[in-house]
Amino acid sequence: MIKARVTVTLKNGVLDPQGKAIEGALGSLGFEGVHQARQGKVFDLELDTADKNKAEADLKAMCEKLLANTVIENYTIAID
Amino acid sequence: MKSAVVQLPGLNRDRDMIAALTKISGKAPITVWQTETSIADDVDLIVIPGGFSYGDYLRCGAIAARMPVMQAIKEKAEKGVKVLGVCNGFQILVEAGLLPGALMMNASLKFVCKEVKLEVVNAETDFTRAYEQGQVIRCPVAHHEGNYFVDAETLKSMNGNGQVIFRYAEGTNPNGAIEDIAGVVNARGNVLGMMPHPENLIEAAHGGSDGRGIFASALDVIAA
Repeated sequence: MIKARVTVTLKNGVLDPQGKAIEGALGSLGFEGVHQARQGKVFDLELDTADKNKAEADLKAMCEKLLANTVIENYTIAID
Repeated sequence: MKSAVVQLPGLNRDRDMIAALTKISGKAPITVWQTETSIADDVDLIVIPGGFSYGDYLRCGAIAARMPVMQAIKEKAEKGVKVLGVCNGFQILVEAGLLPGALMMNASLKFVCKEVKLEVVNAETDFTRAYEQGQVIRCPVAHHEGNYFVDAETLKSMNGNGQVIFRYAEGTNPNGAIEDIAGVVNARGNVLGMMPHPENLIEAAHGGSDGRGIFASALDVIAA
């Protein structure tokens, strides 16, 4: 079995209203100097294979087809 | 003119849409379930109504956009059949790649349920022929993720091609959408997605009929 973590983040230039709200909340909690906060998503997946190359290809396809919306999001794949 | 309404788990505006299409065309639409892989040949207008398909999980419309019926809709759209997506239907169409851009969370982070004003930016489409160019109409909105976003280059070509069909007018942009965009069509002009709900403003009982023109145009019953 292969464990993988997919991280999906908003592309630069895409407005992130939630990140803005988090940025404001951090400021109001007294954390100074938070220049920017951007919110993303993390997916932890367990795949029934021992083949790392296959897992990587499958994960890339999963990101392109469903996990990320590549119009607005980037993704990174990390395999344990 | 025969119409079809797509049904998916979590969509809840299908009954309003069926009622609007029935009243305006005089014929009840057929309904198409998400697992169907083909749509009848004589259907001229396919409508994806609003709601919360798949609980808005992952991203609004993301899971619905990968259901088998969407492949059938893509094939119909390529043949020139008209497709209308309202609210969650619009989100499904952008997730399916049938329309450019994406719908992000409202800039206010709040669900908005109110009436807005829409400018008919392009009255020369199959969905807007009943209106005058530049006409401002009333229309209800009800959504949490209606903040339209598209990259600058695509936006420029959309503006050049007349693909922006509706803009929020008179300072009523409820969600922070780029350039006040409320509705767009594909390059061919036969697929329209819009956040506002025209099906909820079609008769006196609704307090007005400003939304009727979209269906009258698409169903080819403007004179009726």
